[in-house]
Amino acid sequence: MSHTHTKYYYPYVSPFDPCKPISPKSYVTPPQLYLGFQPPNLPQYDPKEALFRGTLWPALYSKYDKKGDRGDVNE
Amino acid sequence: MSKPKTMPPEYYELLEQIQAVDFALVELNLYLDTHPQDYEAIQQFNTLTYESKKLKKQFEKQFGPLMHFGRSYSNYPWQWDDQPWPWQV
Amino acid sequence: MWYYEKKLQYPVKVRECNPRLAKYLIEQYGGADGELSAALRYLNQRYTIPGKVIGLLNDIGTEEFAHLEMIATMIYKLTKDATPEQLKEAGIAPHYVNHDKALFYHNAAGNPWTAEYIQAKGDPIADIYEDIAAEEKARATYQWIINVSDDPELNDSLRFLREREIVHSQRFREAAEILKEEKDKKIIF
Ligand SMILES: [Fe+2]
Repeated sequence: MSHTHTKYYYPYVSPFDPCKPISPKSYVTPPQLYLGFQPPNLPQYDPKEALFRGTLWPALYSKYDKKGDRGDVNE
Repeated sequence: MSKPKTMPPEYYELLEQIQAVDFALVELNLYLDTHPQDYEAIQQFNTLTYESKKLKKQFEKQFGPLMHFGRSYSNYPWQWDDQPWPWQV
Repeated sequence: MWYYEKKLQYPVKVRECNPRLAKYLIEQYGGADGELSAALRYLNQRYTIPGKVIGLLNDIGTEEFAHLEMIATMIYKLTKDATPEQLKEAGIAPHYVNHDKALFYHNAAGNPWTAEYIQAKGDPIADIYEDIAAEEKARATYQWIINVSDDPELNDSLRFLREREIVHSQRFREAAEILKEEKDKKIIF
């Protein structure tokens, strides 16, 4: 069940846009959009790592970094 | 007026162990709310519940009660209202 | 009834005395998609939802109070030792002149919390989809706060809270499936 966590799109860029256009723009599509009804016996993090990540299951973990620190577009 | 004491590093270590076990319990609890037939998850839930109780007993012996209203024992004098509170540490 | 436990759900650490961040965080304290709204929304809906999903609403509603306490802790730590001058620089003088350092249930723009933020339609499908949307909105709010915050330790706690919204959304999506389920038919994995 592999999917990308970020989607991109290209807004129209006008020659009269006052700010430097950001293109492409991105939005986040985290795993709960794809998992469906969670199947039993999915692999788990150990409790310490689960706490640190905010979920017990790698299948539900979604990494989020500040825009700019993320390595995708300069948004 | 006496200043409240600063908590030692063991306080933070033990607290984090409890937070980790209790967090896994929250996760399993919510999961079981929608998966009530998952036998293995229930077993894991019960094992971790035991683990959590054990850790809290140890924590409370050193740092005082974690819960009020009769869920934890108190020494003399009454310890529940001792600082620090969770938002202060 | 509820019992209080003298611990946070997740450790909250703040590296810098930067009261400006408190101004943003208050959105998740008393804002439309904040933790107070979430807790009250779910605990209120649980009275009129089918038995199969009452437990979930009860438990997520309870967890949201632990998140509210984390947000309060962040704001408390960011402001408790800040001088009036620092608060003024951070743009929270309007809050200060009314409340001093007291927390108040309002959003980042200063609007007080209102029950209009939380829906209770009484229709189980409408309510559960409302809850899914609420979780996604809370997740988005955490993203925008992380984007404007440069305190790495604070962001660590905010990432935890963002991830919790993802798990809550997942469980509410499952609850929707449970409500849709036809009698005697097993949910297909
Ligand atoms: Fe939530």
